[in-house]
Amino acid sequence: MAAFRNSLGLRSALLSLLIFAGIVVFWQIATQPTAGTGAAVDPEYAKLVGAAAATGSKSAMPTPADIGATIFKHLSDPFYVRGSNDKGIGVQLAYSLGRVLLGFGLAALVAVPLGFLIGMSPLVYRALDPFIQILKPVSPLAWMPLALYTIKDSAISSIFVIFICSVWPMLINTAFGVASVRREWLNVARTLEVGPLRTAFKVILPAAAPTIMTGMRISIGIAWLVIVAAEMLVGGTGIGYFVWNEWNNLSIANIVTAILLIGLVGLLLDQGLARLTRLVTYPE
Amino acid sequence: MFQDPFDAKSLLARRCPCGGAHAAADHDRLVAQAVPSAEEERWNRVVDAAVLRAVFPVDAQRRLFLKTVGAATAMAAISSVLPLGAAREAFAQGGAPEKKDLKVGFIPITCATPIIMAHPMGFYAKQGLNVEVVKTAGWAVIRDKSLAKEYDAAHMLSPMPLAISLGVGSNPVPWAMPAIENINGQAITLAIKHKDKRDPKDWKGFRFAVPFDYSMHNYLLRYYVAEHGLDPDKDISIRSVPPPEMVANLRADNIDGYLGPDPFNQRAVYDGIGFIHLLTKELWDGHPCCAFTVSKEFATQNPNSYRALLKAIIDATTFASKAENRKEIAKAIAPQNYLNQPETVLEQILTGTYADGLGGVKRDANRIDFDPFPWNQFAIWILSQMKRWGQLKADVDYAKVAADVFLATDTASMMKEMGLVPPDPSKKTIVVMGKPFDPAKPDDYVASFAIKRS
Repeated sequence: MAAFRNSLGLRSALLSLLIFAGIVVFWQIATQPTAGTGAAVDPEYAKLVGAAAATGSKSAMPTPADIGATIFKHLSDPFYVRGSNDKGIGVQLAYSLGRVLLGFGLAALVAVPLGFLIGMSPLVYRALDPFIQILKPVSPLAWMPLALYTIKDSAISSIFVIFICSVWPMLINTAFGVASVRREWLNVARTLEVGPLRTAFKVILPAAAPTIMTGMRISIGIAWLVIVAAEMLVGGTGIGYFVWNEWNNLSIANIVTAILLIGLVGLLLDQGLARLTRLVTYPE
Repeated sequence: MFQDPFDAKSLLARRCPCGGAHAAADHDRLVAQAVPSAEEERWNRVVDAAVLRAVFPVDAQRRLFLKTVGAATAMAAISSVLPLGAAREAFAQGGAPEKKDLKVGFIPITCATPIIMAHPMGFYAKQGLNVEVVKTAGWAVIRDKSLAKEYDAAHMLSPMPLAISLGVGSNPVPWAMPAIENINGQAITLAIKHKDKRDPKDWKGFRFAVPFDYSMHNYLLRYYVAEHGLDPDKDISIRSVPPPEMVANLRADNIDGYLGPDPFNQRAVYDGIGFIHLLTKELWDGHPCCAFTVSKEFATQNPNSYRALLKAIIDATTFASKAENRKEIAKAIAPQNYLNQPETVLEQILTGTYADGLGGVKRDANRIDFDPFPWNQFAIWILSQMKRWGQLKADVDYAKVAADVFLATDTASMMKEMGLVPPDPSKKTIVVMGKPFDPAKPDDYVASFAIKRS
C-alpha cells in the first residue's frame, strides 16, 4: 500500500483508467436508445427507413459497444484494397503518413539551411521578418485553392500545403536558435581561428540543435493536423478521405474510429521527435 | 409522284424523312418492330448490314440472292468467305483507343449512376477501356481536377460545361457534354420540424442548400420560390453545400432544407431527419440534371477513346433506363467503393417506391430516369436562367453556345451506330411549373418573369 502511495506513475495510470471508464459509462448512458414517440408506423414504411426513423426519432449516436466493434473490424483487416475508392484503414493511414513525411521532409530541407542563414545575419533576419510574420498565421487550407489552381495536381497540392504549413515553425526556430548561440562560444571559436564552415557545423549546429528539433516537433504536429483537412477537401486517398467518405454515409462509428487512430498516430509522431530532441539536448 | 394511285403496292402517303419506303406516321412503329431489343443483336445487325453492303454494292442483287438461296444459306455462304463473327467483334471494339487507362471523376450521388455502374458492371471493359472511377469531394474540386487534366472525363452538373465554356466562374476552356446522365431524380427536403409549413409562402427566412451555384438545383429552387412570390436572394438564403454534407447540416439545424440530389433526400428520410417536400419531377417532368463531360481537347486528341467512352456511357444509361434493371444497379453501386450507402436507400430512389419521411409510402416509377440525349433546348433554358439570376452578364448567342457544348449531333450519330434510335433533336417541349418555354425566344422568356436580377 505504501509502495502504491509513493508511486506516482501507478497512481496516475489508475486515475487515467478511472477517467476512461467514466467517459465510457457516461457515453453509454447518453446514447441509450430512446423509446421514440411510439407512434405506430406502417410496417411497409418501417422497412424502408432506418431503425430510429421507424419509431419516429432521429438516428442516434452509436454506443461504445458499436464503436468497439467497428474498431475491431477495421483493425482485424487494415490493409485490404477493394477498388480505388475502398481501401483498408491501414492503407489510408499509410497514404497520409507518406504525404506528411514528404511535405515535412521538404520543408526541413528548405527551412533549416534558410533558417541558418537568417539566424546568422541580423540584416536578413530583419528584412525577411515581415514576410514570415504575415505568412505564418495563414491557415494552410487557405493555400489549397491557390495550390490546386497553379500546380494543377491534387497530390502535389496536398504535399505543398503540408510543406507550407510546416516550414514556418522550423524556419523561425532555426533562426532563433542560431541567433541565440552564446557569444562566448563563437568568440572562443574565433580565437582558435576555426573556419566559418567548421564553426557552423561544430559550434552553431550542436548549440542550436535542441531549438531546431523543437521547431520540427511543432511542425510535424501541425502537418498531421492539416493533412486530415486537406484530404477531406481533395479526396482520393488518405485518412482524411476516409473520414469524409464515412461522413457521406453518416457513419459516426467509423468516424470515431478514425479520430482515435489519427490521435494515436499523432502521438507516435510527436513522441518520436521528442526522443530525437532528447538525443541532441545538452546540459549547460 | 406519277405513280398509279389505284395500285395497292404503291405508297401514296408522304414518304418518311428517314428515306424508308413507308409513311412518316408509321416510322416509330416500324423502327420499334425492326430493331432488336437486345443490344448485342442490335450491334450484330449493324455489322451484318455493313458486310452485306460491301458484298453486294447493288442492293437489287442482294435481294435477288437472298430470295433465291434463303437467308440462312446466304449467311452461311458469306461466313465461309468472310468471318461475320470476327467482324462483329472488331466492330464492338471500334478503333483501338489511343488511351486505354482513363480516370473518370464522380461525385457519390445517384445522378452518376451510369458513370459508376459502368465500372462494376463491365460497360467500360466491354469497350476495351480500363477506367478508374474516382470519388471526388465536391463540384469545385471536380471542376479544378478536370481543368488540371487529372481526370480524362468527369461527372458534372449539366450547367457546369456551359459555365466552363463561357468562363463563368472559371477560366474559359472549351468543354463538351456529349451525354446527359439522369433526368428528374432530385427533391426538396425539409427538416421534420417544418412538416406543417408545406406552402413556400411560409418559408421567409429559411436557409436552403443547393449543391453548387451552377446547378439545375439552384435554378429550380429559385424558380420554385420565385413562382410563389419569394425573392430567392432576399427572402430566403441559398448557400452551396456539397451534397454529402447536406444531411449532416440538416441534422445540425444549420439549414432548413435543401434542393439536392439523391441519395441524400432519401437518406434524410432514412435517418429520420427530414421529409421529402416534393420531387423536382413535379416542377418539370424530364428536366436534365447531371452530365457526362469531357474537354474538347481530350475529345479531339483521343477520338477513339472518346468514342469508346461515350459508347460505354450511352450503353450504361440505356441499361439504367429500364425499370427491371434498377434493383441490380442499386446493389452494384451501394458498396463503399462507390456510393457508400445502405442498399435500401438506393433501391427506393431507383425503383421509385419510397418512404416520404412523414409515414407514407409513395410510388413514382419515374422518380429518376436515365436518358443520354443532350437536347440543346435544355442548354438554352439553363442559359436563360443564368441570365435571369445575373450569373451571365454578357449577351450570348444562346443557340450557338448550346450547340457547341451539348453535342446532340455526336450523340445522335453514336446512337445510330449502336443501333439505337436517336430522337428528333428539334422536338423537345419544355414546360416548367405549367409555363411553356420557347427555345427560340430565350430573352423574351427571361423578361417575362417578375422576379429576376437582370
